[in-house]
Amino acid sequence: MDHDHQELPSDPALRVMALESLLVEKGLVDPAALDELIDTYEHKIGPRNGARVVARAWLDPAFKQRLLADASSAVAELGYVSQSREHLVVLENTPERHNLVVCTLCSCYPWPVLGLPPVWYKSAPYRSRAIIDPRGALREFGLELDEDVEIRVWDSTSEMRYLVLPERPPGTEGMSEDELAELVTRDAMIGTAKVTLEEIPR
Amino acid sequence: MNGVHDMGGMHGMGPIAPEADEPVFHEPWEARVFALNRAAAALGKWNIDAGRHARERIAPADYLRMSYYEKWLAGLIMVLEESGLVTHSEVENGKAAPGTPKATPPLRAEQVASLVAERGCFERPVNAPPRFAVGQAVRAKKINPTGHTRLPRYARGNVGVVDRIHGAHVLPDSNAHFRGESPQHLYSVRFSARELWGEAASARDAVYIDLWEDYLEPA
Repeated sequence: MDHDHQELPSDPALRVMALESLLVEKGLVDPAALDELIDTYEHKIGPRNGARVVARAWLDPAFKQRLLADASSAVAELGYVSQSREHLVVLENTPERHNLVVCTLCSCYPWPVLGLPPVWYKSAPYRSRAIIDPRGALREFGLELDEDVEIRVWDSTSEMRYLVLPERPPGTEGMSEDELAELVTRDAMIGTAKVTLEEIPR
Repeated sequence: MNGVHDMGGMHGMGPIAPEADEPVFHEPWEARVFALNRAAAALGKWNIDAGRHARERIAPADYLRMSYYEKWLAGLIMVLEESGLVTHSEVENGKAAPGTPKATPPLRAEQVASLVAERGCFERPVNAPPRFAVGQAVRAKKINPTGHTRLPRYARGNVGVVDRIHGAHVLPDSNAHFRGESPQHLYSVRFSARELWGEAASARDAVYIDLWEDYLEPA
Protein backbone atom coordinates (compact mmCIF):
# COMPACT_ATOMS: atom_id res chain seq x y z
CA MET A 1 0.00 0.00 0.00
CA ASP A 2 1.41 3.32 -1.08
CA HIS A 3 1.42 5.92 1.70
CA ASP A 4 2.62 9.46 1.43
CA HIS A 5 4.77 9.16 4.56
CA GLN A 6 6.98 6.71 2.68
CA GLU A 7 8.21 9.61 0.56
CA LEU A 8 10.25 10.76 3.57
CA PRO A 9 11.62 7.55 5.02
CA SER A 10 14.41 8.64 7.33
CA ASP A 11 13.96 12.34 7.97
CA PRO A 12 11.04 12.23 10.44
CA ALA A 13 12.60 9.24 12.17
CA LEU A 14 15.79 11.20 12.80
CA ARG A 15 13.94 14.32 13.90
CA VAL A 16 11.78 12.34 16.32
CA MET A 17 14.81 10.63 17.79
CA ALA A 18 16.48 14.01 18.32
CA LEU A 19 13.35 15.48 19.91
CA GLU A 20 12.91 12.53 22.27
CA SER A 21 16.56 12.75 23.28
CA LEU A 22 16.15 16.47 24.01
CA LEU A 23 12.98 16.01 26.05
CA VAL A 24 14.52 13.18 28.04
CA GLU A 25 17.66 15.23 28.68
CA LYS A 26 15.49 18.08 29.95
CA GLY A 27 13.54 15.74 32.22
CA LEU A 28 10.26 16.42 30.38
CA VAL A 29 9.52 12.84 29.34
CA ASP A 30 10.42 9.42 30.68
CA PRO A 31 11.19 6.82 27.96
CA ALA A 32 9.55 4.10 30.05
CA ALA A 33 6.27 6.05 29.98
CA LEU A 34 6.54 6.32 26.18
CA ASP A 35 7.01 2.54 25.93
CA GLU A 36 3.99 2.01 28.17
CA LEU A 37 1.83 4.37 26.10
CA ILE A 38 2.80 2.60 22.88
CA ASP A 39 2.18 -0.85 24.35
CA THR A 40 -1.23 0.29 25.59
CA TYR A 41 -2.42 1.42 22.17
CA GLU A 42 -0.76 -1.42 20.26
CA HIS A 43 -1.99 -4.23 22.47
CA LYS A 44 -4.61 -3.22 25.04
CA ILE A 45 -6.96 -0.68 23.46
CA GLY A 46 -8.44 -1.42 20.06
CA PRO A 47 -11.60 -2.34 18.14
CA ARG A 48 -11.98 -5.60 20.09
CA ASN A 49 -13.17 -3.39 22.97
CA GLY A 50 -15.95 -1.90 20.84
CA ALA A 51 -16.82 -5.29 19.38
CA ARG A 52 -17.57 -6.60 22.86
CA VAL A 53 -19.90 -3.65 23.48
CA VAL A 54 -21.73 -4.41 20.22
CA ALA A 55 -22.01 -8.13 20.94
CA ARG A 56 -23.41 -7.43 24.40
CA ALA A 57 -25.94 -5.01 22.94
CA TRP A 58 -27.08 -7.62 20.42
CA LEU A 59 -27.64 -10.19 23.18
CA ASP A 60 -28.99 -8.02 25.98
CA PRO A 61 -31.89 -5.71 25.03
CA ALA A 62 -31.81 -3.93 28.40
CA PHE A 63 -28.10 -3.20 27.98
CA LYS A 64 -28.76 -1.95 24.45
CA GLN A 65 -31.38 0.46 25.75
CA ARG A 66 -28.95 1.80 28.35
CA LEU A 67 -26.23 2.01 25.71
CA LEU A 68 -28.36 4.09 23.34
CA ALA A 69 -29.58 6.32 26.18
CA ASP A 70 -26.21 6.91 27.90
CA ALA A 71 -23.32 5.13 26.22
CA SER A 72 -20.62 6.43 28.58
CA SER A 73 -22.29 4.86 31.62
CA ALA A 74 -23.30 1.67 29.83
CA VAL A 75 -19.78 1.04 28.53
CA ALA A 76 -18.36 1.76 31.99
CA GLU A 77 -20.61 -1.06 33.29
CA LEU A 78 -18.48 -3.44 31.23
CA GLY A 79 -15.41 -2.91 33.35
CA TYR A 80 -13.32 -4.95 30.92
CA VAL A 81 -13.66 -2.32 28.20
CA SER A 82 -12.54 0.84 29.88
CA GLN A 83 -13.06 3.06 32.87
CA SER A 84 -12.85 6.03 30.57
CA ARG A 85 -15.04 9.04 31.11
CA GLU A 86 -15.19 9.53 27.34
CA HIS A 87 -18.31 11.38 26.19
CA LEU A 88 -19.67 8.56 24.07
CA VAL A 89 -22.82 8.35 21.92
CA VAL A 90 -23.85 5.08 20.27
CA LEU A 91 -25.79 5.28 17.01
CA GLU A 92 -27.99 2.35 16.00
CA ASN A 93 -28.07 1.19 12.40
CA THR A 94 -31.37 -0.26 11.17
CA PRO A 95 -32.63 -1.46 7.78
CA GLU A 96 -33.93 2.08 7.20
CA ARG A 97 -31.07 4.12 8.66
CA HIS A 98 -27.29 3.99 8.29
CA ASN A 99 -24.92 6.02 10.48
CA LEU A 100 -21.43 7.05 9.39
CA VAL A 101 -18.82 8.82 11.56
CA VAL A 102 -16.19 11.30 10.38
CA CYS A 103 -14.09 14.16 11.74
CA THR A 104 -13.79 16.75 8.97
CA LEU A 105 -11.61 19.11 11.04
CA CYS A 106 -9.01 16.67 12.39
CA SER A 107 -9.16 13.03 13.47
CA CYS A 108 -11.54 12.72 16.46
CA TYR A 109 -12.34 9.06 17.04
CA PRO A 110 -13.54 6.98 20.03
CA TRP A 111 -10.15 5.72 21.22
CA PRO A 112 -11.33 3.75 24.29
CA VAL A 113 -13.60 1.52 22.21
CA LEU A 114 -11.82 1.51 18.82
CA GLY A 115 -8.18 2.34 19.57
CA LEU A 116 -6.31 4.70 17.27
CA PRO A 117 -7.91 5.50 13.90
CA PRO A 118 -6.71 3.99 10.62
CA VAL A 119 -4.85 6.17 8.12
CA TRP A 120 -7.83 6.48 5.78
CA TYR A 121 -10.04 7.89 8.56
CA LYS A 122 -7.49 10.70 9.15
CA SER A 123 -6.89 11.31 5.45
CA ALA A 124 -8.06 14.21 3.29
CA PRO A 125 -10.06 12.00 0.89
CA TYR A 126 -12.31 10.60 3.65
CA ARG A 127 -12.55 13.82 5.67
CA SER A 128 -13.52 15.84 2.61
CA ARG A 129 -15.95 13.42 0.97
CA ALA A 130 -17.81 11.58 3.75
CA ILE A 131 -20.17 14.49 4.36
CA ILE A 132 -20.81 15.69 0.78
CA ASP A 133 -20.90 12.29 -0.90
CA PRO A 134 -21.42 9.59 1.73
CA ARG A 135 -22.85 7.13 -0.78
CA GLY A 136 -19.86 7.51 -3.07
CA ALA A 137 -17.47 7.22 -0.12
CA LEU A 138 -19.20 4.04 1.07
CA ARG A 139 -18.96 2.53 -2.41
CA GLU A 140 -15.17 2.77 -2.08
CA PHE A 141 -15.51 0.42 0.88
CA GLY A 142 -17.67 -1.91 -1.21
CA LEU A 143 -20.86 -0.87 0.55
CA GLU A 144 -23.78 0.06 -1.70
CA LEU A 145 -26.84 1.38 0.16
CA ASP A 146 -30.34 1.53 -1.31
CA GLU A 147 -31.64 5.00 -2.16
CA ASP A 148 -34.41 4.61 0.42
CA VAL A 149 -31.95 4.12 3.28
CA GLU A 150 -31.38 7.34 5.22
CA ILE A 151 -27.71 8.11 5.77
CA ARG A 152 -26.79 10.11 8.87
CA VAL A 153 -23.23 11.38 8.84
CA TRP A 154 -21.85 12.50 12.22
CA ASP A 155 -19.10 15.12 12.07
CA SER A 156 -17.11 14.84 15.33
CA THR A 157 -16.56 18.55 15.90
CA SER A 158 -16.65 18.39 19.72
CA GLU A 159 -15.32 16.05 22.44
CA MET A 160 -18.40 13.88 21.97
CA ARG A 161 -17.37 10.58 20.41
CA TYR A 162 -19.54 8.42 18.18
CA LEU A 163 -19.70 4.63 17.82
CA VAL A 164 -22.00 2.88 15.35
CA LEU A 165 -24.01 -0.10 16.58
CA PRO A 166 -24.24 -2.18 13.40
CA GLU A 167 -27.15 -4.45 12.55
CA ARG A 168 -26.80 -8.02 13.76
CA PRO A 169 -26.53 -10.21 10.67
CA PRO A 170 -29.00 -13.02 10.03
CA GLY A 171 -27.74 -16.54 10.70
CA THR A 172 -26.12 -15.63 14.01
CA GLU A 173 -28.89 -16.92 16.25
CA GLY A 174 -27.51 -19.01 19.09
CA MET A 175 -24.01 -17.57 18.85
CA SER A 176 -22.22 -16.68 22.07
CA GLU A 177 -21.12 -13.17 22.97
CA ASP A 178 -17.51 -14.05 22.12
CA GLU A 179 -18.50 -15.54 18.75
CA LEU A 180 -20.55 -12.47 17.90
CA ALA A 181 -17.76 -10.11 18.95
CA GLU A 182 -15.45 -11.92 16.54
CA LEU A 183 -17.70 -10.90 13.63
CA VAL A 184 -17.74 -7.18 14.48
CA THR A 185 -15.18 -5.20 12.51
CA ARG A 186 -13.74 -1.78 13.19
CA ASP A 187 -15.20 -0.45 9.94
CA ALA A 188 -18.70 -1.63 10.91
CA MET A 189 -18.41 0.48 14.08
CA ILE A 190 -17.35 3.56 12.04
CA GLY A 191 -20.16 2.90 9.58
CA THR A 192 -18.15 2.10 6.44
CA ALA A 193 -19.13 -1.59 6.50
CA LYS A 194 -21.87 -3.92 7.60
CA VAL A 195 -21.31 -6.98 9.73
CA THR A 196 -21.62 -10.20 7.76
CA LEU A 197 -20.93 -13.83 8.55
CA GLU A 198 -18.28 -13.90 5.82
CA GLU A 199 -16.57 -10.70 6.92
CA ILE A 200 -12.83 -10.65 6.54
CA PRO A 201 -11.68 -8.34 9.35
CA ARG A 202 -9.77 -5.33 8.21
CA MET B 1 -9.39 29.97 11.14
CA ASN B 2 -10.30 29.21 7.55
CA GLY B 3 -7.50 26.67 7.20
CA VAL B 4 -7.01 23.76 4.87
CA HIS B 5 -7.71 21.46 7.83
CA ASP B 6 -11.38 22.46 7.46
CA MET B 7 -11.83 20.19 4.46
CA GLY B 8 -15.43 19.00 4.71
CA GLY B 9 -16.98 19.09 1.22
CA MET B 10 -13.76 19.67 -0.74
CA HIS B 11 -13.20 17.86 -4.02
CA GLY B 12 -10.13 16.36 -5.67
CA MET B 13 -8.47 14.76 -2.65
CA GLY B 14 -8.26 11.35 -4.34
CA PRO B 15 -9.45 7.85 -3.45
CA ILE B 16 -9.97 6.85 0.20
CA ALA B 17 -7.74 3.76 -0.09
CA PRO B 18 -8.43 1.63 3.00
CA GLU B 19 -5.55 -0.68 3.89
CA ALA B 20 -6.16 -4.31 4.82
CA ASP B 21 -4.67 -5.50 8.13
CA GLU B 22 -3.36 -2.05 8.89
CA PRO B 23 -0.89 -1.90 11.81
CA VAL B 24 -1.50 0.56 14.65
CA PHE B 25 1.73 2.34 13.66
CA HIS B 26 3.48 1.99 10.30
CA GLU B 27 6.92 3.01 11.54
CA PRO B 28 8.50 3.00 15.01
CA TRP B 29 8.93 6.79 14.87
CA GLU B 30 5.16 7.22 14.47
CA ALA B 31 4.66 5.41 17.76
CA ARG B 32 7.28 7.63 19.43
CA VAL B 33 5.61 10.81 18.11
CA PHE B 34 2.26 9.62 19.39
CA ALA B 35 3.67 8.80 22.83
CA LEU B 36 5.72 12.01 23.02
CA ASN B 37 2.54 13.99 22.35
CA ARG B 38 0.63 12.22 25.11
CA ALA B 39 3.48 12.38 27.62
CA ALA B 40 4.30 16.04 26.91
CA ALA B 41 0.64 17.05 27.06
CA ALA B 42 0.48 15.47 30.53
CA LEU B 43 2.86 18.19 31.73
CA GLY B 44 -0.21 20.45 31.62
CA LYS B 45 1.37 23.36 29.75
CA TRP B 46 -1.28 23.31 27.03
CA ASN B 47 -4.72 21.81 26.47
CA ILE B 48 -6.26 19.59 23.80
CA ASP B 49 -7.64 22.57 21.87
CA ALA B 50 -4.28 24.35 21.81
CA GLY B 51 -2.72 21.14 20.53
CA ARG B 52 -5.26 20.93 17.71
CA HIS B 53 -4.84 24.58 16.86
CA ALA B 54 -1.08 24.09 16.53
CA ARG B 55 -1.62 21.45 13.83
CA GLU B 56 -4.10 23.74 12.08
CA ARG B 57 -1.42 26.42 11.87
CA ILE B 58 0.89 24.21 9.81
CA ALA B 59 1.28 25.96 6.43
CA PRO B 60 -1.45 24.67 4.08
CA ALA B 61 0.88 23.10 1.50
CA ASP B 62 2.80 21.33 4.27
CA TYR B 63 -0.42 20.21 5.95
CA LEU B 64 -1.55 18.49 2.76
CA ARG B 65 1.86 16.97 2.03
CA MET B 66 2.65 15.69 5.52
CA SER B 67 1.53 12.33 6.84
CA TYR B 68 -0.60 12.30 9.97
CA TYR B 69 2.25 11.76 12.42
CA GLU B 70 4.46 14.29 10.66
CA LYS B 71 1.71 16.80 11.47
CA TRP B 72 1.72 15.58 15.08
CA LEU B 73 5.47 16.10 15.20
CA ALA B 74 5.23 19.62 13.77
CA GLY B 75 2.37 20.51 16.13
CA LEU B 76 4.22 19.13 19.15
CA ILE B 77 7.32 21.19 18.38
CA MET B 78 5.11 24.30 18.05
CA VAL B 79 3.45 23.89 21.45
CA LEU B 80 6.71 22.89 23.13
CA GLU B 81 8.38 26.08 21.89
CA GLU B 82 5.38 28.33 22.52
CA SER B 83 5.00 27.04 26.07
CA GLY B 84 8.66 27.76 26.76
CA LEU B 85 9.49 24.16 27.63
CA VAL B 86 12.09 24.09 24.86
CA THR B 87 13.67 26.71 22.65
CA HIS B 88 13.85 26.65 18.87
CA SER B 89 17.63 26.27 18.97
CA GLU B 90 17.33 23.33 21.36
CA VAL B 91 15.03 21.59 18.88
CA GLU B 92 17.43 22.40 16.04
CA ASN B 93 20.41 21.04 17.98
CA GLY B 94 18.69 18.16 19.76
CA LYS B 95 20.56 19.23 22.91
CA ALA B 96 19.48 21.17 25.98
CA ALA B 97 20.97 24.64 26.35
CA PRO B 98 23.72 24.69 29.00
CA GLY B 99 22.45 25.23 32.53
CA THR B 100 18.81 24.31 31.77
CA PRO B 101 17.12 23.16 34.98
CA LYS B 102 15.17 19.90 35.13
CA ALA B 103 12.08 21.45 36.61
CA THR B 104 9.01 19.48 35.63
CA PRO B 105 8.43 15.92 36.84
CA PRO B 106 7.66 13.87 33.70
CA LEU B 107 4.85 11.38 33.23
CA ARG B 108 5.92 8.03 34.70
CA ALA B 109 5.12 4.61 33.24
CA GLU B 110 3.00 3.71 36.26
CA GLN B 111 0.81 6.78 35.61
CA VAL B 112 0.00 5.80 32.03
CA ALA B 113 -2.94 3.55 32.84
CA SER B 114 -4.82 6.29 34.70
CA LEU B 115 -3.89 8.87 32.06
CA VAL B 116 -5.38 6.65 29.38
CA ALA B 117 -8.48 5.83 31.43
CA GLU B 118 -9.18 9.47 32.20
CA ARG B 119 -8.79 11.07 28.81
CA GLY B 120 -10.72 13.96 30.19
CA CYS B 121 -14.15 15.25 30.95
CA PHE B 122 -15.09 18.36 29.01
CA GLU B 123 -18.55 18.91 30.45
CA ARG B 124 -18.81 21.75 32.96
CA PRO B 125 -21.63 23.06 35.16
CA VAL B 126 -23.16 26.35 34.00
CA ASN B 127 -25.95 28.44 35.48
CA ALA B 128 -27.64 29.51 32.27
CA PRO B 129 -30.28 27.21 30.78
CA PRO B 130 -29.81 26.16 27.13
CA ARG B 131 -30.85 28.95 24.77
CA PHE B 132 -32.19 26.49 22.20
CA ALA B 133 -34.52 23.52 22.60
CA VAL B 134 -34.57 20.12 20.97
CA GLY B 135 -36.57 20.40 17.74
CA GLN B 136 -35.87 24.12 17.34
CA ALA B 137 -34.61 25.44 14.00
CA VAL B 138 -31.25 27.16 14.31
CA ARG B 139 -28.86 28.78 11.87
CA ALA B 140 -25.10 28.31 12.06
CA LYS B 141 -23.70 31.82 12.18
CA LYS B 142 -21.79 33.18 9.22
CA ILE B 143 -18.58 34.03 11.03
CA ASN B 144 -14.93 33.75 10.04
CA PRO B 145 -12.83 33.78 13.22
CA THR B 146 -9.09 33.91 12.57
CA GLY B 147 -8.34 31.81 15.66
CA HIS B 148 -9.40 28.28 16.56
CA THR B 149 -13.01 27.26 16.02
CA ARG B 150 -14.91 24.02 15.63
CA LEU B 151 -17.60 25.55 13.42
CA PRO B 152 -16.80 24.08 10.01
CA ARG B 153 -17.10 26.36 7.00
CA TYR B 154 -19.56 24.10 5.22
CA ALA B 155 -22.10 24.58 8.04
CA ARG B 156 -21.97 28.39 8.18
CA GLY B 157 -25.12 30.18 7.16
CA ASN B 158 -27.14 26.97 6.96
CA VAL B 159 -30.26 26.07 8.93
CA GLY B 160 -30.62 22.88 10.92
CA VAL B 161 -32.69 21.46 13.76
CA VAL B 162 -31.45 20.79 17.29
CA ASP B 163 -31.39 17.01 17.68
CA ARG B 164 -30.01 16.75 21.21
CA ILE B 165 -28.26 18.79 23.87
CA HIS B 166 -24.99 17.35 25.14
CA GLY B 167 -24.73 19.61 28.20
CA ALA B 168 -22.32 22.51 28.63
CA HIS B 169 -18.79 21.86 27.35
CA VAL B 170 -15.46 23.69 27.31
CA LEU B 171 -15.45 26.16 24.39
CA PRO B 172 -12.50 25.37 22.08
CA ASP B 173 -12.48 28.89 20.58
CA SER B 174 -11.50 30.28 23.99
CA ASN B 175 -9.59 27.35 25.48
CA ALA B 176 -7.23 26.95 22.50
CA HIS B 177 -5.95 30.48 23.11
CA PHE B 178 -5.66 30.08 26.92
CA ARG B 179 -8.50 32.55 27.45
CA GLY B 180 -10.38 30.23 29.78
CA GLU B 181 -12.72 27.30 29.35
CA SER B 182 -15.83 29.52 28.89
CA PRO B 183 -18.17 26.50 29.00
CA GLN B 184 -21.44 26.78 27.13
CA HIS B 185 -24.18 24.50 25.89
CA LEU B 186 -23.27 22.12 23.11
CA TYR B 187 -25.88 20.94 20.62
CA SER B 188 -26.06 18.19 18.05
CA VAL B 189 -27.70 19.90 15.08
CA ARG B 190 -29.17 17.99 12.14
CA PHE B 191 -28.67 19.60 8.73
CA SER B 192 -30.37 18.03 5.74
CA ALA B 193 -27.96 17.09 2.97
CA ARG B 194 -29.92 19.35 0.60
CA GLU B 195 -29.57 22.35 2.93
CA LEU B 196 -25.80 21.87 2.92
CA TRP B 197 -25.18 20.69 -0.64
CA GLY B 198 -28.20 21.64 -2.73
CA GLU B 199 -30.85 19.78 -4.67
CA ALA B 200 -28.48 17.19 -6.12
CA ALA B 201 -28.04 15.65 -2.66
CA SER B 202 -30.20 12.81 -1.41
CA ALA B 203 -33.50 14.02 0.05
CA ARG B 204 -33.18 11.57 2.94
CA ASP B 205 -29.61 12.10 4.06
CA ALA B 206 -28.42 14.42 6.80
CA VAL B 207 -25.26 15.58 8.55
CA TYR B 208 -25.17 15.96 12.34
CA ILE B 209 -22.70 18.51 13.67
CA ASP B 210 -21.84 19.30 17.31
CA LEU B 211 -22.09 23.07 17.66
CA TRP B 212 -21.62 25.36 20.68
CA GLU B 213 -24.25 27.95 21.56
CA ASP B 214 -22.11 30.87 20.32
CA TYR B 215 -22.07 29.28 16.86
CA LEU B 216 -25.87 29.37 16.57
CA GLU B 217 -28.71 31.86 16.20
CA PRO B 218 -32.47 31.33 15.98
CA ALA B 219 -33.55 30.53 12.41
